[in-house]
Amino acid sequence: MLLEVRDLQVEFRTRDGVAKAVNGVTYGVDAGETLAVLGESGSGKSVTAQAVMGILDIPPGRITGGEILFQGRGLLKLKEEERRRIRGAEMAMIFQDALSSLNPVLSVGDQLGEMFVVHRGMSRKDARTKAVELMDRVRIPAAKERVRDYPHQFSGGMRQRIMIAMAMALEPALIIADEPTTALDVTVQAQVMELLAELRREYHMGLILITHDLGVVADVADRIAVMYAGRIVESAPVHDIYKAPAHPYTRGLLESIPRLDQKGQELYAIKGLPPNLMDIPPGCAFHPRCPMARDVCRTDVPPLYEVDEDRGSACHFWRECLHGLDG
Amino acid sequence: MASTAEPILQVSGLVKHYPLTRGIVFRKQVGAVKAVDGVDFALGKGETLGIVGESGCGKSTVAKMLVNLERPTAGEIRFKGEDITKLSGKALKAVRRNIQMVFQDPYTSLNPRMTVGDIIGEPYDIHPEVAPKGDRRRKVQDLLDVVGLNPEYINRYPHQFSGGQRQRIGIARGLALRPEVIVADEPVSALDVSVQAQVINLMDRLQGEFDLSYVFIAHDLSIVRHISDRVGVMYLGRIVEIGKDAEIYDHPTHPYTQALLSAVPVPDPEAREHRERIILTGDVPSPTNIPSGCRFRTRCWKAQERCALEVPALAVPAEFRLTTGPTAHDSACHFAEEKQVVPPEDPSDDLAKGRE
Repeated sequence: MLLEVRDLQVEFRTRDGVAKAVNGVTYGVDAGETLAVLGESGSGKSVTAQAVMGILDIPPGRITGGEILFQGRGLLKLKEEERRRIRGAEMAMIFQDALSSLNPVLSVGDQLGEMFVVHRGMSRKDARTKAVELMDRVRIPAAKERVRDYPHQFSGGMRQRIMIAMAMALEPALIIADEPTTALDVTVQAQVMELLAELRREYHMGLILITHDLGVVADVADRIAVMYAGRIVESAPVHDIYKAPAHPYTRGLLESIPRLDQKGQELYAIKGLPPNLMDIPPGCAFHPRCPMARDVCRTDVPPLYEVDEDRGSACHFWRECLHGLDG
Repeated sequence: MASTAEPILQVSGLVKHYPLTRGIVFRKQVGAVKAVDGVDFALGKGETLGIVGESGCGKSTVAKMLVNLERPTAGEIRFKGEDITKLSGKALKAVRRNIQMVFQDPYTSLNPRMTVGDIIGEPYDIHPEVAPKGDRRRKVQDLLDVVGLNPEYINRYPHQFSGGQRQRIGIARGLALRPEVIVADEPVSALDVSVQAQVINLMDRLQGEFDLSYVFIAHDLSIVRHISDRVGVMYLGRIVEIGKDAEIYDHPTHPYTQALLSAVPVPDPEAREHRERIILTGDVPSPTNIPSGCRFRTRCWKAQERCALEVPALAVPAEFRLTTGPTAHDSACHFAEEKQVVPPEDPSDDLAKGRE
């Protein structure tokens, strides 16, 4: 395994109380694999990624338990100095909003080149050549002329390409992309996803794709981990999960999205609202919204049951969920 | 369903140009942002017209003109036969009562210092004839009930509600004056997936209950298909294709519509094998400098010399004019041809059939 997150727990101390953002998350990514982490806002998907990258705001955040193993090394035990060397060079992150992640007063060439100056000790001139190469590789037209341009002079899709180029610069083993196409239009979204998938193949990187969009994930992911209230509720190979979800939350999500290829009557809607992280319901956190909930769900936290060799579901009644709607 | 009788809203030749000026003392116009550049459509009573397009295509500007938040540069908007762009004063106020808007962002479109009761009841201050003073509180509580909120929440403030609940408040405010047309600009795009479905279902139900006609603007093609009877596709300030939902989604004839549909991610990994993806090159051109002829030609794989010279009209293309099938709908392309890009429904798919 390239990256393994084991039983990670993160909380935020705020004036109003303690928000438990991540409550025992376990997942892993192999080299060359794409893991999609799916969840709605507040599910803890981004916080987990920030903990992996080591960019969590501490305080108010605090990692209260668990381990993160990257190529066998326990990241949480490393000194900040050592983590900084890993960050960027061995693992990199792509953010949702490219315009606010890029520095507006530096040209894109300077920002791309900085990676090589800082981590590789190159001269500015060599770094500039490298920057042009990178821009070519992410298919920005006329890279040579545009290397002196500033972020605001690029379109949204091109800015996201620059973000990808920056993440790719030092050829890291792992890339974490947090909602990389959410801010883009559909036609541009397709271009950017295509590029990411291609680069992942070419460099045999591990890719963690964080998203709320079940559609985007279907096309590119190998495995999916669905998060709810800071826990993984279902983890499975991509084909299995769409064919037959083993958790009522996953099923609710799949049924609640309108589909392009059909016109339904009424959409299935998951009733209620996502939970307040300061007051997570006892037992299964999903039980107040679950159509299958029974007494045991209100008291016992479901472990991640093994559904199949490489498939897990945190539902006491995963068998009923998996085998037929009538169950 | 749509009636073929007189449309409730008829838009023709609608144009909005924002001038670009240079100079401080001697201002002169050096160009214009052509946000909307000739839009025509009709909305039937009880019908939902979906308008889709990417950012910057002018769909929100159209919405603002429909509710008179922007004055059009040219063109007409006829509500029950009367051109509302020429109205002012009392007559305008009367028409506005009948066309209300629901906004995208439920976080910024509600005043944080006003209670929910005041927000929903505010339209009654402007149109007191709808609800006499003593009756307002009860009316607001009725509205809260209609949109699925507890009527006792009348004295709460917006921050005490979640995103989905706030959007319900926005909808209740839109309904307060009992309008006939509601213009909804991206009403669910700021919401979480599980909550989106709740709001869409609510809008569906209200349409029947209050006999509403909707103009539903969104960038999400799946949601638009779900709610719309007819769909118009916009590109750079113009509608490039318009027709019934099945005509647009199952039998698109304009290359832009085809590219847009093929780019939509479908939540089904099996589908990726049977799907042809058209990936457009480049970005949308600037609305200050619109390409000559067909405005889509710079990104179109079919473009020929004719496309740079002649502006294609939005009409049923000549080759389909004599047919009666679903391809016979308005499409602004010189080389229109049918291409199926959405995979046909798979009957073996349990999830697709939904929950009975």
